[in-house]
Amino acid sequence: MAVATLAFYLFACTAVAAGALVVLSRNPVHSVLWLILAFFSSAGLFVLMGAEFVAMLLVIVYVGAVAVLFLFVVMMLDVDFAELKAGMAEHLPVGLLIGVVLLTQLALALGGWAFSDAAPALREAPAEAVGQVHNARALGRLIYDDYVFLFQAAGLILLVAMVGAIVLTLRHREGIKRQDVLKQIHRERHEAVELLDVKPGQGI
Amino acid sequence: METGFWSAYAWPGIVILAQCLLVLVLLLVALAFLLYMDRKVWAAVQLRRGPNVVGPFGLLQSFADFLKFVFKEIIVPAGADKTVFFLAPLMSFVLAAIAWAVIPFADGWVISDLNVGILYIFAVSSLEVYGVIMGGWASNSKYPFLGGLRSAAQMISYEVSIGLIIVGVLISTGSLNLTEIVRAQDGAYGFLSWYWLPHLPMVPLFFISALAETNRPPFDLPEAESELVAGYQVEYSSTPYLLFMIGEYLAIVLMCALVTILFFGGWLSPVPGLPDGVFWFVAKVTLVFFLFAMVKAIVPRFRYDQLMRLGWKVFLPMSLGWVVIASMLAHYGVPGYARW
Repeated sequence: MAVATLAFYLFACTAVAAGALVVLSRNPVHSVLWLILAFFSSAGLFVLMGAEFVAMLLVIVYVGAVAVLFLFVVMMLDVDFAELKAGMAEHLPVGLLIGVVLLTQLALALGGWAFSDAAPALREAPAEAVGQVHNARALGRLIYDDYVFLFQAAGLILLVAMVGAIVLTLRHREGIKRQDVLKQIHRERHEAVELLDVKPGQGI
Repeated sequence: METGFWSAYAWPGIVILAQCLLVLVLLLVALAFLLYMDRKVWAAVQLRRGPNVVGPFGLLQSFADFLKFVFKEIIVPAGADKTVFFLAPLMSFVLAAIAWAVIPFADGWVISDLNVGILYIFAVSSLEVYGVIMGGWASNSKYPFLGGLRSAAQMISYEVSIGLIIVGVLISTGSLNLTEIVRAQDGAYGFLSWYWLPHLPMVPLFFISALAETNRPPFDLPEAESELVAGYQVEYSSTPYLLFMIGEYLAIVLMCALVTILFFGGWLSPVPGLPDGVFWFVAKVTLVFFLFAMVKAIVPRFRYDQLMRLGWKVFLPMSLGWVVIASMLAHYGVPGYARW
């Protein structure tokens, strides 16, 4: 399929270019927007592989929720771009050094990596073949039938992380006026308003 | 080779393009009259006449407005981020338009019958927030920025409950395909077979969440004119503003269509004997849109913290609870809940 190949190169190139621009753009808001484009092209690649369920989830979760929160935070940052550029030249050698070291380590680690002979068979085993069963159904069977306890454990870990994050940041400060919604709703007219008969020439 | 290219790529491409254009043009024309209806309903509630000058009964008012917007001058604020400033209305319009690709107007009348249609709609409508945020940020001005921030929080909050309500319907259908969802509601009892009856508690919840998701009054806090002037739209004029407005209304009509498809049987006829068809779909969407217009006319605007509390502390627990209840009812085979 010529169209699919064309689309693949389009999405792949966009993803790589957008990824590079996330790092290279000067303005953090532009970086987040490029990141969104990168997510989007990855979703396109998933669609080309026939995994449209994963593609839609990627768009809904990462683009629709996570990146919005990124944007939310980054928009409110007050960044001085001139200062940022000055610091850039100073820290560039160190950053480059760390990058090179990391890349070498990854190359060393992944260079000796080979697929086991049993790997393709293992990969085929859990899911039914694409085309026979729709991939949302296949995924659902894997997650909720075969690996339900692992899935629940993952969910529990996320829940604990969420509660932890809230506990770490939640502070009840004293001496602050808070709204009590029930109290506000149950307030009657006679508690709030008093009708006074003010005589002319007199104050209250 | 020549004929192979023609029959394999060019001809289907032309057909798809023609279908898209047809749907888009019909939608925009329908939108012009829906806008007119919106204003007329609003006027009738307030005992005014509403638009009544351009054309018979003012029917051509929307077209006059369109020309007015197009011929006005585009003003870009001095400190604005130009690219993002113009990208925002475009995104808002394009995203609202492409969501219609998977809406089935009648049995088989759909541009792309996606297997994950409902997820696609959900994904696209969750992206619509970017038009607002980008517009608010790129204007480089206080009120648009506040509007952008508000909408970011608001649209995310209500997406959560919309998603959970959709999950309930999906559990009943056993498919993510919109056509399948409507077909599952085809039963012997006409309108009593539709999902509004088994999923009754979720219908008002979905309706209200749809109002909040599309920034429609009483939840139009991103553009609250009494406090934020017009929120993220303050710096926009002419065609960019027009694109924002068309995008917003397209999203509203999309939500009306979604209510129709999920709960009110899409193109199915309410009475068993009558023929199904696109007529019913249009009639139902118009009726839901009428309700949207009535809400706009009648209900006063929410305060921002009330909106957030309603979203997170009322709608989220209720819709989450309903997912559990609906799954139980479907699992134990209560009639009407499991239709796969």
